[in-house]
Amino acid sequence: MTVDQVIFFLVGALILVSALMVVTTRNLIHAALWLIATLFGAAVLYATLDATFLAVVQVVVYIGAIAIMFIFAVMLTRRNMLDDASQTNPGWPWAAFIALATFAGLALLAGQMHNAGATQSELFADPLAALSQALISPEAYVLPFEVASVLLLAALVGAVYIANRK
Amino acid sequence: MEFLTDPIKVIYEWLMLTLTSWGWAGWLSQLVINLLAIVLFITGVMVLDILLVWVERKVVARFQDRLGPNRVGPFGLFQPFPDIIKLIIKEDITPNGADKVVFNLAPILSLASVIFLWAVVPLASRIYGVDLNVALLYLVAAGSIGTLSIIMAGWASNNKYALLGAYRMVANMISYEIPMIIALLIPTILVGSMSLKLITEAQSGYWFVLVSPLGALLFIIAAIAELGRSPFDLNEGESEIVSGYHIEYTGMKFGLFYAGELLHAFTFGGFWAALFFGGWHGPWAEQYPLLGAFYFVVKAMIGYWVIMWVKYTVPRIRIDHMLAFNWKFLTPLGFILLMVTAVTHSVLRQSPAWLYVAGMFLSNMIVALITIEGLRAQARRQRISAEASSKPVVADH
Repeated sequence: MTVDQVIFFLVGALILVSALMVVTTRNLIHAALWLIATLFGAAVLYATLDATFLAVVQVVVYIGAIAIMFIFAVMLTRRNMLDDASQTNPGWPWAAFIALATFAGLALLAGQMHNAGATQSELFADPLAALSQALISPEAYVLPFEVASVLLLAALVGAVYIANRK
Repeated sequence: MEFLTDPIKVIYEWLMLTLTSWGWAGWLSQLVINLLAIVLFITGVMVLDILLVWVERKVVARFQDRLGPNRVGPFGLFQPFPDIIKLIIKEDITPNGADKVVFNLAPILSLASVIFLWAVVPLASRIYGVDLNVALLYLVAAGSIGTLSIIMAGWASNNKYALLGAYRMVANMISYEIPMIIALLIPTILVGSMSLKLITEAQSGYWFVLVSPLGALLFIIAAIAELGRSPFDLNEGESEIVSGYHIEYTGMKFGLFYAGELLHAFTFGGFWAALFFGGWHGPWAEQYPLLGAFYFVVKAMIGYWVIMWVKYTVPRIRIDHMLAFNWKFLTPLGFILLMVTAVTHSVLRQSPAWLYVAGMFLSNMIVALITIEGLRAQARRQRISAEASSKPVVADH
């Protein structure tokens, strides 16, 4: 085993264990903190794949913004942090079946990819520059990028309107 | 002397030779050397942190017309050591109902979020942890882990003042992240890279403070807010919420928060130096990296001194003023400055250096002048409306 594989298995174990804890722990704040551990593990995976930009953005957006917002929402809306209600509902066998089927399908698809396996793919000279050029070039993703910005602006205006309503 | 021109490489090669001569495999000795380097670097930073306690206490004493620590050692230089012994032998209290694991994790994350930053600090031309091509985003990411540690501390303490302090601090940090990112984008536009190494190297001719003085000002204001230091220290408004998110922490756990805060301030002084004041650049710094590291630390200390100067001079502002100052003043100003910088840079980039610097400086000064005039006009309007509404009261007398 190479060092990369050791790191991959350790981080994979961290992600799986903390993702399991997110749905099994009864304390909602702890669930949010375990979610942060899961997201951090994903960031480490990006970093080992030399996708530094994705790794850092994962931390900034998911841990710095979304997870903090989760924690705020839980703290401000819940009177009691410990729930006694059952954690499953009668449909859980179906959910388990769908989850397993999705996993099997994804594993099958990933196994058929031509560059599947433990070898590292060749990278662009500078992935960051390539990404930024793709985001503003008319041949690539400038339209989806701008549409997403307008969507976010609309969400922002809507949030201000709701907060401002007397 | 090769040691003087590239010390890290010489030490690395010497260690590599020693370890492989012991019969260690190449990858193992490389791993051990890298781990050793990380541990030594962090130790060096922490020893510097001990010194910072003395610097902070001495400087605040001078600002408040006192002497400061002056009994232990020359100029009280060894005062931090009794302080540390006192912190260690204090009783370690975990409050009733506190969430133990999260409570103990928060101070560690708080200090770690600062030490993370040192991975990308370019100490000298050939002395740096790692040359990330997204170093400036990495700075923001480490800051968001700091935010997380504060909300963890506030929540786990099971104390309403701690939670209130944490809410205020997080509101502060998340809001001021926006002007901070804008200030970081200005050097990114000027250099065309987010790597701190390239940004520092690009300042060999002129410092970016000449090209973008408003950007430097914006960065230091956002940095002070991000640090939660006065005038933005609402997280520990003693008269309202006692001492904020670290109210329940005792002994060395409080010490970790305190050390993290001091080191954070010094680190932001260092980033200010690297982004706008030429980093390690100085006479003969190119040939002798150790001299460059010395210049860098001196510049970082000056930045740290400016942060302390503001902290001990300006009183705390109200929370609505703080948020209004950010959203209604700093953020729009930052966006305008960003556009002006981008346009002027793309117009002048082919022209000679003196014209480029003069043009960029002038464009910044025009933005500053318009801002000051706008503020003055608004203040005049407010004064007139205040006088108009107070007239009937005056007529009664």
